[in-house]
Amino acid sequence: MNQLVSLTVKPKILATSSRLTRADRWDHFLVRIGHKRGEHRVAPGLYALGNPSPESSVFVTANYTLSFDALRSSLAGIDAYILVLDTRGINVWCAAGKGTFGTDEIVLRVHQTQLKEVVTHRTLILPQLGAPGVAAHQVKKRTGFRVEYGPVRAADLPEYLKTREAAPEMRRVRFRLGDRMTLLPVEVRNHLLPMLVAAFILYFLGGWISALAAIACLLAGSALFPVLLPWLPTRNFSTKGFFLGGVVALPFALSALLGHPDWPWWRQAGQGLEFLLAMPAVTAFVAINFTGASTFTSRTGVRREMYAYIPVMAVTFASGALLAIIFAFVR
Amino acid sequence: MFNAYEQNTLSFDVDLCSGCGMCVAVCPHAVFQMNGRKAELSSPQACMECGACQMNCIAGAISVESGVGCAAAMIHAALTGRKEPSCGCA
Repeated sequence: MNQLVSLTVKPKILATSSRLTRADRWDHFLVRIGHKRGEHRVAPGLYALGNPSPESSVFVTANYTLSFDALRSSLAGIDAYILVLDTRGINVWCAAGKGTFGTDEIVLRVHQTQLKEVVTHRTLILPQLGAPGVAAHQVKKRTGFRVEYGPVRAADLPEYLKTREAAPEMRRVRFRLGDRMTLLPVEVRNHLLPMLVAAFILYFLGGWISALAAIACLLAGSALFPVLLPWLPTRNFSTKGFFLGGVVALPFALSALLGHPDWPWWRQAGQGLEFLLAMPAVTAFVAINFTGASTFTSRTGVRREMYAYIPVMAVTFASGALLAIIFAFVR
Repeated sequence: MFNAYEQNTLSFDVDLCSGCGMCVAVCPHAVFQMNGRKAELSSPQACMECGACQMNCIAGAISVESGVGCAAAMIHAALTGRKEPSCGCA
């Protein structure tokens, strides 16, 4: 009886299109500036893109608007089904790392949407970056659907669909200037509060130059660092950060050294040193925190880097701060 | 010069490899390539320990301790006393 009922109930299919509206673009803008980051969600389920037939391809994606929209807008002119998993508003790669874009969720959605009644073939096309959460052979065993990993980027799908083979370039994740630039608003936003608090406190301790120094080293870490990442010397994020922070601290050190001819030499040198010690440490700390936003750092590497350099950051920052406190009181 | 990213936990047992090519397909950093009827590690240093290859290796020939390569998450886990760091962004 139950079986009879379920066979007569038509699977629920939602409609979507490959066209992005002004509302979609506004949503993308809000995501990029970090506004309500967890709330850019699409309802999970099965979607019809255009006018799909039972032979049409099924693409799987996350219920993050940027993921869903990147997929559907790349499929212009193609009739297909889109299976949206519930990844709690997180993109494919991060959700796969957590396992929410995963084998269990795919199995659940395939059954829930009665996909077998909708299409005659037995293939799911997944984004390659979903692979850390999905065991293709398990999906096959549990649903009968074969998992095919498409390219990393949805934009490569039209090319991919011609041959159903991904060129090596389509399989590589990148982190180009444009990719890094889109992260800047969120990076700067995340450091805005500490930046303003530090600038406010330092203004009263040491004046405008000190306030400016706080802003400069935090902006260097959150805005300049992501842009300059591949061109900064050395491999580790911390050492790249120390280097960048050192360059940014130089004018401040010189202003202390050369801008106050009335000071005794030890004060000139001491206050110059203060900037050279404290500022690079801050920039390096912001820089090492950028590892998670990059597309290539391993847990082992980040851990090794943290053990090696976070103590150095702590010691240099504390020495700089100590000098600053001493000079604030020895007038 | 110290390079923290020279080492990782990826290991591959070529004797167990069935040659399905899944690791080559899922790796976002081209760590694997096919060599005849088996896979081989072509650039192991590029591994970011995402775990995709191990997850999709039906022969169980690959092992890697996957996790988030994110200092912010690890610092957060250390400060809040949680054992396994996970993406704070997520």
